[in-house]
Amino acid sequence: MDADASLLRRLRDGEEQAFAALVERYHSPMLRLALSFVSSQAVAEEVVQDTWLAVLRGLDRFEERSSLRTWLFSILVNRARTTGVREARSVPVADAGPVVDASRFGPSGAWVLPPEHWIEEAENRVDAVKLSELLRFGLGGLPARQREVVVLRDVEGMSSAEVCDVLAISEANQRVLLHRGRSRLRQVLESELGGEPR
Amino acid sequence: MSFLSGLLRFRSLRSRALVCQEVVELVTDYLEGALSPADHRRFESHLAGCPHCTEYLAQMRETIRLAGRLAPEDLTPAMRTDLTDLYRRWRDEG
Repeated sequence: MDADASLLRRLRDGEEQAFAALVERYHSPMLRLALSFVSSQAVAEEVVQDTWLAVLRGLDRFEERSSLRTWLFSILVNRARTTGVREARSVPVADAGPVVDASRFGPSGAWVLPPEHWIEEAENRVDAVKLSELLRFGLGGLPARQREVVVLRDVEGMSSAEVCDVLAISEANQRVLLHRGRSRLRQVLESELGGEPR
Repeated sequence: MSFLSGLLRFRSLRSRALVCQEVVELVTDYLEGALSPADHRRFESHLAGCPHCTEYLAQMRETIRLAGRLAPEDLTPAMRTDLTDLYRRWRDEG
């Protein structure tokens, strides 16, 4: 049985420790996701707290047709979207154009300014704390929709199907957002860590 | 869809080789297994002859790997207390 299924069972048995474990596991990713929809940390925290309460109140009705994680994040996204709309937060404009600056390619479409090397730097020379800060900075700079998908897919490790369920978007849309978000994140790493191309 | 996709579809029909600027737009479709078998072959045959795009793909994989290692931020003691209170209020509700 996976860890979530066993937590769910213990939660239904009224074990406070199971709730604490669930909170440790999911509170901060949920907070990070909520921040994509609403304008402030305080509002995001409120949305996540509301979500936890809804989860507890809904425990008896949860039919396990989806995983516990999908269920949690779906509740969160619904609440965060409602709150975001209530706050009349402007919807970010669609992000078009190439994911790598066109000036880096020649007229034939071949690289003239090829990717700078940074993988070795990231793995061997940058300490973990600095790397985490850099990634958080990069994620924070993504347009909200892209951030949602990258956080769920790459940070949280969800499958594309799970992400589509949670965010109620199509596979194709998910892939476009993922592509744009990951590409931007790569560019941030290159800009901060890159050296001359070999 | 990406701004290149229309162009790309046209090019695919004509089975022309991919150029670097197209490859970077297809990386995620490639990693997701969403390319047609023909485009998949074109993608890999471009990589075989292009160290820069090979590097680019490796960097996208590294980006994904690093994002996956990002640990959740620690909860503050205040958050833990709030949530314990929330749990106990809920428990006492019913």
